[in-house]
Amino acid sequence: MAEQNRKMAFICSKGNLDMAYPGLFMGWAALGNGIDVMLFFTYWGMDMINKARVDHLEIPPVANASMKMNMMGVPGYLGIPQIMGIIPGMTAFASWLMKKKMKGLQVPTIREYLQMIVDGGGKLYACKNTVDMFGLKKEDFIDGVVDIVTVGDFIDMTEGAQIIFI
Amino acid sequence: MANRTIGGKTVEVNEEGFLTNPGQWTKEIAEELAREDGVPALAEAHWKVIEFCRQDAQASGKSPTLRRITTAAGVSTKDLFALFPKGPAKKVARISGLGKPEGCV
Repeated sequence: MAEQNRKMAFICSKGNLDMAYPGLFMGWAALGNGIDVMLFFTYWGMDMINKARVDHLEIPPVANASMKMNMMGVPGYLGIPQIMGIIPGMTAFASWLMKKKMKGLQVPTIREYLQMIVDGGGKLYACKNTVDMFGLKKEDFIDGVVDIVTVGDFIDMTEGAQIIFI
Repeated sequence: MANRTIGGKTVEVNEEGFLTNPGQWTKEIAEELAREDGVPALAEAHWKVIEFCRQDAQASGKSPTLRRITTAAGVSTKDLFALFPKGPAKKVARISGLGKPEGCV
């Protein structure tokens, strides 16, 4: 019997801008190293493949203890007072800042990254339960989403795969 | 570090089989390493990628990432993965006589 190729499955369950990236970085790196890659989108992670949402992911500063003002050039590790985080526009500002930083590092946008993964042979799937809960249809998703699958399908498809939950 | 004879020339390679000195690279070395990595013959499209990588590495001092190759060499992601099947990231660098790509994208 031929040796099975290594398989990795990434479950993307978060839709905040900062948590959208890890699955893409790792999925892309895995493809580059010749691994079979599947990405499953569930719950808030569904925003990553939702045509209407993918370009508008955000990072809110509220309750994010790791987000310090040194990202904005303030020396040391001064936090952002939580009360500031609720000021209108703070989420937009933090999101703008993160997008700018990523662009500076030549990291693609979420939409571009997903396209790269699809072009590199990665497979994207949407979680059926979440699709039903949010009232979504296949047409709501970006091109490249192969199918909407149940959790049972997911278990079958990931036989022998390393599963990473994000 | 070890010495290895590839494509009729003895060169220094690291423990993962990457050339440690890009200056020792020859086209014959590329052809032999490509065969080892599952690319039986190097066509014009392969050479375009390899030559870009060598020039880019010489200019920047580091081995280009896949994203760098697709955006700067004008090779699509699909084509790059088709030219160097089963994971172009390390393959392209090794065949081009360069070190492992240092970036994450």
